[in-house]
Amino acid sequence: MSLTGTDLRNLLLAGLALGLCALLPLADGGYWLGLGVTVTMFTVLATSWALFSGPTHYISLATAAFFGIGTYVTGLGFETLPFWSLVGIAGVIGAALAALVGLATLRLSGVYFVIFTLGLAELVRQVITWVQNSTGQRGLYVLTDLQEAGIYWWLLGLATAVFLTGWLVGRSRLGFALRIIGDDEVVAAHSGINTARAKVLLFMVPGAVAAMTGAILAPRYVYIEPSLAFAPILSFQVVIMALLGGASRLWGPLLGVIPFTIILEVVSSNFPNQTTLVIGIAFLLIVYVLPGGFVALPDRLLARINRPGGGA
Amino acid sequence: MDILITGLLLGGTYALIAMGLNLQYGVARIMNLANGEILVAGGYFAFIAYTSVLLSPLLTIFLLAPLAFAANWLIYRIMLQPLVNRAKTRGQLETDSILATFGLSFVGVGLMLSFFGGDYFSYSFMAVPVEIVGGTYGANRVISFAMAFVICGALYLWLNRSRSGLAIRAIATAPASARLVGIDVKRLSALAFALGGAVTAVGGALISTYLTLDASVGVVFTLKALIIVIMGGVGDVRGTIIAALLLGVVETAVATLIDPGLTLAAAYVMFLGILLFRPQGLFGKKTT
Repeated sequence: MSLTGTDLRNLLLAGLALGLCALLPLADGGYWLGLGVTVTMFTVLATSWALFSGPTHYISLATAAFFGIGTYVTGLGFETLPFWSLVGIAGVIGAALAALVGLATLRLSGVYFVIFTLGLAELVRQVITWVQNSTGQRGLYVLTDLQEAGIYWWLLGLATAVFLTGWLVGRSRLGFALRIIGDDEVVAAHSGINTARAKVLLFMVPGAVAAMTGAILAPRYVYIEPSLAFAPILSFQVVIMALLGGASRLWGPLLGVIPFTIILEVVSSNFPNQTTLVIGIAFLLIVYVLPGGFVALPDRLLARINRPGGGA
Repeated sequence: MDILITGLLLGGTYALIAMGLNLQYGVARIMNLANGEILVAGGYFAFIAYTSVLLSPLLTIFLLAPLAFAANWLIYRIMLQPLVNRAKTRGQLETDSILATFGLSFVGVGLMLSFFGGDYFSYSFMAVPVEIVGGTYGANRVISFAMAFVICGALYLWLNRSRSGLAIRAIATAPASARLVGIDVKRLSALAFALGGAVTAVGGALISTYLTLDASVGVVFTLKALIIVIMGGVGDVRGTIIAALLLGVVETAVATLIDPGLTLAAAYVMFLGILLFRPQGLFGKKTT
């Protein structure tokens, strides 16, 4: 692979932006840092989600399941193992589980996948609750010396890894294969692409990333229990943010994460009972007003302007 | 024996709900993820009718069915028909309708939360014991099962014996060809969607006589209905009924023998088995 001048310039700009973001904890340690952690967390989750769902159009609702597993990895292991290894273990478990889910469902049509991932978090939650009940535990205390700033830097590092992975996948044979699958799976299969293998491989990325995010964020919760760690709403928030921004570009989800995080923050602090309504309206807006997300907006506007004059 | 009968009684109502979803997905091609919210709304309707004017749920459903039919018809015409028109492929329609009905589902939950609050609701209707082959069961469960049985039977006969039923089955099998033989696909799709919604709402009213519901429980029923539809085979009435009864029995068995908290997990294991070994449904034919 060769890098052109534009590639180098983009990498440099991205590096600069990242450096600026890394300085946030030095400027403010309170509200803004907290918001920064939330935004970075959703950036990581939504971008990795779009890596898989953008090209393939499969809607994954498994984020909460992987995330919850990650928090439990930290919750169970923080006393015996160093923190960095827990993040790694969570990633491996997440990838392995994603591979299993992918093998079972990705050979079939998209509907099966949606339904399966929709219930996955609930399934894992029920099993963990059951295990805890039969062993007499309630929840887990996660007491580490990791501060908010530390969590933020960890997440920023993960975000960098996700963007780099996405950039590399986009340039690789795998990325090309996935775009063909997304356009027409029959064509892809006929040109010799092992479609199931490509989809399963790529699905492992959001699985691993979501589990690692959960592992990193566990210390922030201090106390974790199944209903908190596997809250299904997380999966939906990630889907909305990614689609609102646009899943067709690597940086698209970022455009959805920032406004929607702020909207949710405002709504949940002023009208705590209306968050579900807001999420519902966001879904409807995406389908009826913003198909393709903010990223596709300029193209759609241009098409609208050109249509009357351009009709040959 | 106890487990078997309780399970079958529960499965009867599941069959009704899954029939509603199957009509919507099999004919109108809309994977309606707001199905559970229609069910909960039906439950609320029966609850309010019973607690305010003491109307028996068995009579309420005759009022509820046309209302739910009209509401679902409007939802299809206003919100889903445009998606059907703009979709270029089946896959795109699937993605769009999944996202749109998720939106409807959340809006439904949000509205019900703000109108009725987040509390559980239940009422005592015909909670008298009935004896069947040695065991005792709530009369409300038995009556719900009987009603579900009658409605499922009527639907089955209508689909298999009547002319409009034949047209509906034609759309389910081959929507493009159905148009060629003079079937009004748009009108009948809307009809099937509305009918499916009405059947689900009635199922909700029946289930509310013996289960405790709350505003956000809908998604659990949506999931179960989806699992049943896929297990039984899309568009297959007989398969749906058998899968629903099976799910009812398995769930009851797991709840009584292992832990009541694992019912959805049990449904999931069944679902996984189907996906791995018979993705075309219990009685479906293998696609080439």
